[in-house]
Amino acid sequence: MIRLEGIRRVFRIGDQEVLALDDVSLAVAPGEYLSIMGPSGSGKSTLLNILGLLDRPTSGRYWLGGADVTELSEEEQARTRRERVGFVFQFFHLVPRLTAAQNIALPLVLAGIPPAERARRTEAMLRSMALSDRAGHRPDQLSGGQRQRAAIARAMIMEPAVLLADEPTGNLDSSSGAEAIGLLEALNAKGITLIVVTHDPEIGSRALRKIRLVDGRIALDSGAGGEAP
Amino acid sequence: MRPQDVIRFALGALGGSRLRTMLMLLAMSIGVGAVVVLTGVGEGARRYVVAEFASLGTNLIIVLPGRSETAGIGPASFLSETPRDLTLQDALALGRHPVVRRVAPISVGEAPVSWGRLAREAAVLGSTPELLEIRHWKMAAGRFLPEGNPERADAVCVVGAKIRRELFGGRQALGELVTLGDRRFRVIGVLASEGRSIGVDVEDLVVVPVASAQMLFNTNGLFRVLVEARGRGAIPAAKEHIERTMRKRHHGELDVTVITQDSVLATFDRILRSLTLTVAGIAAISLAVAGILIMNVMLIAVSQRTEEIGLLKALGARRREILALILTEAGMLSLIGAALGCMVGEMGNRGIQLFFPQIPTGTPLWAAASAVGIALATGLVFGILPARRASRLDPVQALSRK
Repeated sequence: MIRLEGIRRVFRIGDQEVLALDDVSLAVAPGEYLSIMGPSGSGKSTLLNILGLLDRPTSGRYWLGGADVTELSEEEQARTRRERVGFVFQFFHLVPRLTAAQNIALPLVLAGIPPAERARRTEAMLRSMALSDRAGHRPDQLSGGQRQRAAIARAMIMEPAVLLADEPTGNLDSSSGAEAIGLLEALNAKGITLIVVTHDPEIGSRALRKIRLVDGRIALDSGAGGEAP
Repeated sequence: MRPQDVIRFALGALGGSRLRTMLMLLAMSIGVGAVVVLTGVGEGARRYVVAEFASLGTNLIIVLPGRSETAGIGPASFLSETPRDLTLQDALALGRHPVVRRVAPISVGEAPVSWGRLAREAAVLGSTPELLEIRHWKMAAGRFLPEGNPERADAVCVVGAKIRRELFGGRQALGELVTLGDRRFRVIGVLASEGRSIGVDVEDLVVVPVASAQMLFNTNGLFRVLVEARGRGAIPAAKEHIERTMRKRHHGELDVTVITQDSVLATFDRILRSLTLTVAGIAAISLAVAGILIMNVMLIAVSQRTEEIGLLKALGARRREILALILTEAGMLSLIGAALGCMVGEMGNRGIQLFFPQIPTGTPLWAAASAVGIALATGLVFGILPARRASRLDPVQALSRK
């Protein structure tokens, strides 16, 4: 599903070079549940951005779903991102002026899907996320848990193969956080590959495979050897 | 992304920040409104002048005494220092040709006009009955100058509406005797008020037979002669006839100036049109300023919306789509602003018309269309920089901060 080989990412800040990822190799099988943990500055977010095709590695190769996506053009990367990857952010990042339904439909709009089909898929998604009665509400009229549910719905609406969650519970109280994690795990149970980046050991330890990053290197991989294509 | 969705999203973004949108619409509509109003006034002035000239009569040729033309110093220029008068006989001779339909000699002056104890100064115009037709005047009461020998100095006069009002008030003017200078004239008609027509206020006028005017002002010379040709095509022939006749009557020397109405009209038309263009150009500067404003505000908008733009990228928007979204936003702003500006300008035109009814303000279509075009173009051109900045935005950084 996902294969990283010798990924390095070097940031240039002034004349100083900062090594964010140093020779990271990783293989993830379809339907796996991964947590990536590590202290701040360990390269977690950089790894997530590279996995989500938001950032390019300085060197190394990246295969997603059997295709080499390292050298894709900006346009092809955008398309791959749209179709194969769903993002869940710590700060939800819902567009404040759009309703919950409109936020969820945003990826469909960007993909150029006709309004009728958009409405149908959005409605089904709202129902499965128990947000039907909140469809017309704007983000500031939603609770934190509802916002994160809307954000997860948006990430899932294109039926991606991989769900990348960056501190999905970081901005939620514990019960909403548990609810969000439960939702993500339920999706994983249905077969989606779930990668959660977190500080929180309690959240991280729920994953079946736990990866620990330190100084841009994989210090620990509980499920290493799961070398599926 | 479907074009409808791009437009809807851009409109949503505009509606999402009302104050910013309002300010930009204000700037754009002021710019477009300025162009619309200024060209409207310029066009109004042009139409006013053209209409004034048209009201002077149709197919008109004006003969003035004296030659207003630069000529080399030859023997003739010493011999004839002052031009010969243009006389009533000259005028009558000009009428004797098939291409000429009518001739009206004109003699003008100022004289006190009084009735009973009321008196005032009035412009006195001496002419023949043909003048009524040539200038398209209308009578409010009575009749115009009597037909007959133009050399007879009948003691009759036709007064303008204002003179009638001020001398007679509510009383009957027809048949009364007024004193004009040192003579008494019987009022035989009142002119209908037709407003102004170049230099002469018809309301403020006393018209007498040309011979009477000459006697009143003690002169043989005429102010000018109006010649109406038989048609537009006859104008050159009539002009030639006038010059030939005048040369023959004035001992082989052409000491009059012959102006055709068309040439005067064309000149004024040209001057006023270029004036309108100049004014429009100045107004267009305000459009450019509005464009720069749009750029600045869009740049601010882009930096305020980094989160949203980063999110769109993360959700799979291509650079091209971000570019299209921001450009559409700028384009919609200028288009809506331009539409508002057209409305504001049209209201301005109407307002001006309210206060100056004689100026028929109206923005020519080309001016309105180019104002909208320039508005759209500046909006798009100045939208490019912010749009490019948005499309290059790094989604990782945009999304990592809150």
